[in-house]
Amino acid sequence: MQGLKQSIITSLWFMFLTFPIMVVRVNTIENTVEWRWMNLAYVGVGIFILSFVWRWALARKEAKQYETETTDKPKKQLWLSRAMEEPAVAKPALAAIFALSVAMPFLVSTYQTNIFISFLLYVILGLGLNIIVGVAGLLFLGHAAFYAIGAYSYALLNHYFGIGFWVALPLGGILACLGGILLAFPVLRLRGDYLAIVTLGFGEIIRLVLENWSDLTGGPSGISNIDRPGLFGMELSVADANVYIYYIVLALAIITMIAVQRLKNSRIGRALQALREDEIACQAMGIDRVNVKVMAFGLGTAWAGFAGVIFAAKTTFINPASFTFMESAIILSIVVLGGMGSNLGVILGSAFLVLMPEYLRAFSEYRMILFAAAMVLMMVFRPQGLIAPKGRKYHVDDPDLIKEGDA
Amino acid sequence: MDWEFFIELGLGGLTRGSIYALIAIGYTMVYGIIELINFAHGEIYMLGAFTGLIVAGVMGVYGFPAFAILLMAIVIAILYCAAYGYTMEKVAYKPLRGAARLSPLISAIGMSLFLQNYIILAQTSDFLPFPTLIPDFEFMEPIAHIFGSTDLVIVAASAVSMAALTVFIKFTKLGKAMRATAQNRKMAMLLGINADRIISTTFIIGSSLAALGGVLISTHSGQLNFMIGFIAGVKAFTAAVLGGIGSIPGAMLGGLFLGLTESYAAGYISSDYEDVFAFSLLVIFLIFRPSGILGKAPVEKV
Amino acid sequence: MTFSGLVKSIVTGLAVTAFCVPAFAADTIKLGVAGAHSGDLASYGLPTVNAAKVVVEKVNAAGGINGKQVELLIQDDQCKPEQATNVATKLVSDGANVVLGHICSGATKAALPIYTEGKLIAMSPSATNPVLTQSGDYPTFFRTIASDDMQARLGVDFAIDKLGAKKIAVIHDKGDYGKGYAEFARKFIEEGGKAEVVLFEGVTPGAPDYSAVVQKIRRSKADVVIYGGYHPEASKLVNQMRKKRIKAKFVSDDGVKDDTFIKVAGKNAEGVYASGPIDVSNLPMYKEAIAAHVKMFGTEPGAFYPAAYAATVAMLTAIERAGSTDYDAVTAKLRSEFVDTPVGKIKFNERGDAEGVGFSMYQVQNGKYVELK
Repeated sequence: MQGLKQSIITSLWFMFLTFPIMVVRVNTIENTVEWRWMNLAYVGVGIFILSFVWRWALARKEAKQYETETTDKPKKQLWLSRAMEEPAVAKPALAAIFALSVAMPFLVSTYQTNIFISFLLYVILGLGLNIIVGVAGLLFLGHAAFYAIGAYSYALLNHYFGIGFWVALPLGGILACLGGILLAFPVLRLRGDYLAIVTLGFGEIIRLVLENWSDLTGGPSGISNIDRPGLFGMELSVADANVYIYYIVLALAIITMIAVQRLKNSRIGRALQALREDEIACQAMGIDRVNVKVMAFGLGTAWAGFAGVIFAAKTTFINPASFTFMESAIILSIVVLGGMGSNLGVILGSAFLVLMPEYLRAFSEYRMILFAAAMVLMMVFRPQGLIAPKGRKYHVDDPDLIKEGDA
Repeated sequence: MDWEFFIELGLGGLTRGSIYALIAIGYTMVYGIIELINFAHGEIYMLGAFTGLIVAGVMGVYGFPAFAILLMAIVIAILYCAAYGYTMEKVAYKPLRGAARLSPLISAIGMSLFLQNYIILAQTSDFLPFPTLIPDFEFMEPIAHIFGSTDLVIVAASAVSMAALTVFIKFTKLGKAMRATAQNRKMAMLLGINADRIISTTFIIGSSLAALGGVLISTHSGQLNFMIGFIAGVKAFTAAVLGGIGSIPGAMLGGLFLGLTESYAAGYISSDYEDVFAFSLLVIFLIFRPSGILGKAPVEKV
Repeated sequence: MTFSGLVKSIVTGLAVTAFCVPAFAADTIKLGVAGAHSGDLASYGLPTVNAAKVVVEKVNAAGGINGKQVELLIQDDQCKPEQATNVATKLVSDGANVVLGHICSGATKAALPIYTEGKLIAMSPSATNPVLTQSGDYPTFFRTIASDDMQARLGVDFAIDKLGAKKIAVIHDKGDYGKGYAEFARKFIEEGGKAEVVLFEGVTPGAPDYSAVVQKIRRSKADVVIYGGYHPEASKLVNQMRKKRIKAKFVSDDGVKDDTFIKVAGKNAEGVYASGPIDVSNLPMYKEAIAAHVKMFGTEPGAFYPAAYAATVAMLTAIERAGSTDYDAVTAKLRSEFVDTPVGKIKFNERGDAEGVGFSMYQVQNGKYVELK
């Protein structure tokens, strides 16, 4: 009964709240008003049901928190991450996925290959951002700027000097990396939310400069006719070039995955994770805060640079409109939804945000609102993301050491 | 030196700056109390403008005079934005109190995107015209070419509301409770202050000022769409940081400072890089003086 | 958007995914339609879809082209280059014969190399960027609208010869279209030497006010302002100029030649000049096209509808005349033979620009755009 009353009140409150925006649509030119009363009913019913779900989920979350606090039982993992821990499951599964992705371009149409290129690009971008946001815990809202640096460095080098893809690929990465390091030095002292705003501002500055420096970048009209990557000097057809780019992206994505995974377990990676948890304790332990943070920035943005070069080579046309704040927000959501710090999470996150809208094109209108709602709900109910990241476990087998530890 | 041009730009910057200041207060108050950058605050401003438009549209059909429409639009926009601000806090921020520092910020970004898309789906993504609700005053005619009637109303309304807010914060019981909560939430709670209520009040006040700004600027510029909140929000946040986040007089000062800087930079250098100046100012301030003009450097306790 | 709209779009979404995949079997002529059908530029893309539907329905009812029915493959690129390449590859792999689109110049530039490769004709009703036809990089591209530099030429000549401008302020909206127009205008004024550019500035769409730029216009003592961009910014700019008592004449482009501009700017719109496509509203075919839209959708058509209608008719007629969908044969027909369309009798030159479409200057008089002869 209590719940019913609460839900009715919530429902009425939201009906009141959404009334002007959802029901009334005015046209001040023609002086007409359109009343869409049905929407009010939809909101009422929708919120009524949602409020039950909301309370149930909140209660469940609290109960869980209580349980873990009192019983010290290890947290349950999502079935997927549990499966990935079993070597008997994980190894064949990985092999199958790998084989499938290699055979992919021959199984599906050019269009499908194209979508998978976008997907893998976002995986690379997400993994790069994951180093900064997930591993190091620095909220970074300007990732698209480094994506843009990569894309524009290839586009400009190609346009003015005719430099090819394979030369530009490392150059784009290095330039983005340098950009990241340059940004890192001054902002090191800033705390979480200030850092977020500075990186947002920096991202916007890069985009605005690209848009207004018409003499160099072509301004809002962008740069067209960028060369596709060449295979030993051969000119490839569009379909073949697509397959070729697919393999380049796939290789780069796999390299990124391995590199990020290894980075996480390396000295720097552990230092970053420690820094995320407690900065002051880290400094006391002798970790060089400046060095480590700068490295996180540089490593993260370098991947964005690589992805940018491939993006430019794939679309053959770029303009600043592809690198807005929305782009940064999408990459960030990939990381957050997937689970900050988890590589598997990034892949799932990009699948969710890139593949789903592509296959459900009719939904594209609702894509952004669903995804915004998912961001809020995720933070409220599952702040650790789809796949909660886990630290690596170290087993000690030497009986003497175990005894020592117990003592 | 062309003094007339200088003064004209200054007055333009004043109008712009007072709008920034109105929005910046919302950022600064929320930050002062729960240390959250409420990313969705700009969207509240946009919602205010849309509510104002809807009220104006409905009343326009029945032929009310412009003055009555303006008053009604402001009152209803304030009412609704206060309600939106209150609800937003309850849905997206309250369950996250005590969570990791990044969580509420990401939730706020999500909220901001949600509200933008809510407007796109429920209303439109096009630019809509906003009716002129402020008439041309007779007595302003001699200087109308540099400072019009709408400029006067905007500057006056923001000055009055800011003065009222200052009095409220300084002298009322609720205002004192807010200051106490901002200084030390735990201590305030021990002294019997209901912190949840204070936080709600903060959101309501900030949102109301944003709504006022939304309606006034829309009738001044004559158009609005779902994106105005994002741009204004980032600018207002910049203003809050410039003034020293957490400080209400700082937000006012920061707003004016930013408005004037933009106006002069566009006037004397080039309007192409107008936004670049604003963002660069933000970056420079954050790097060299993160505590802003009036803010105090935070002392970190170990 | 209502919730019933959501249900509808789910159903159509499923239907589209279900039916689009196995589209190879039937022997039809496939007309791809690509452009922004969702997102903030949808209002420019959707009229094109409607135009294609209207024409195709009429053609199919009359027995099709060369005995084959025409089928539409509608793809949304949201005017984003990266989406446009996906759409283009999808259309090529789905076996489209010709493409109506894309809508935005940027997306078109990204998609064209794929069509060039696949030897697919792409005809746009709205992509006005001069580079598309003038660079020679895109042999498969055609358009039924004149390019931006023609408009800029018309605007500049009009301002100097008819309005006697000596000092011109050129303002743009920092966008692809507006800035392109403004840069051409500046170039033409400087080349002509009869007037000088006293100001070249951009305004930011969505900024709270334009007072700094307006004050600069005043200080520049310009007698004519040439503005490149769309009507939302133009109405704001004109309003603020008049509010600040600046009396300079205002000349602008096709993006401003929209009735919404007059409604938003109100009495301040009076006397504003804007160029737009030559008035064809008296052509019988134009009237017929509009009537067909009203009959099928119950509303007046949106922007670029006549141009899109014309493009569809031109492509289908060329296929009919060529007797096949062979690229070379159809291209030859497009370039050699005139065709009757709602925008007049047109044929295409070597570069892909339509001959027979052009711009004329309009002025707002008593709340209406009136063509100046």
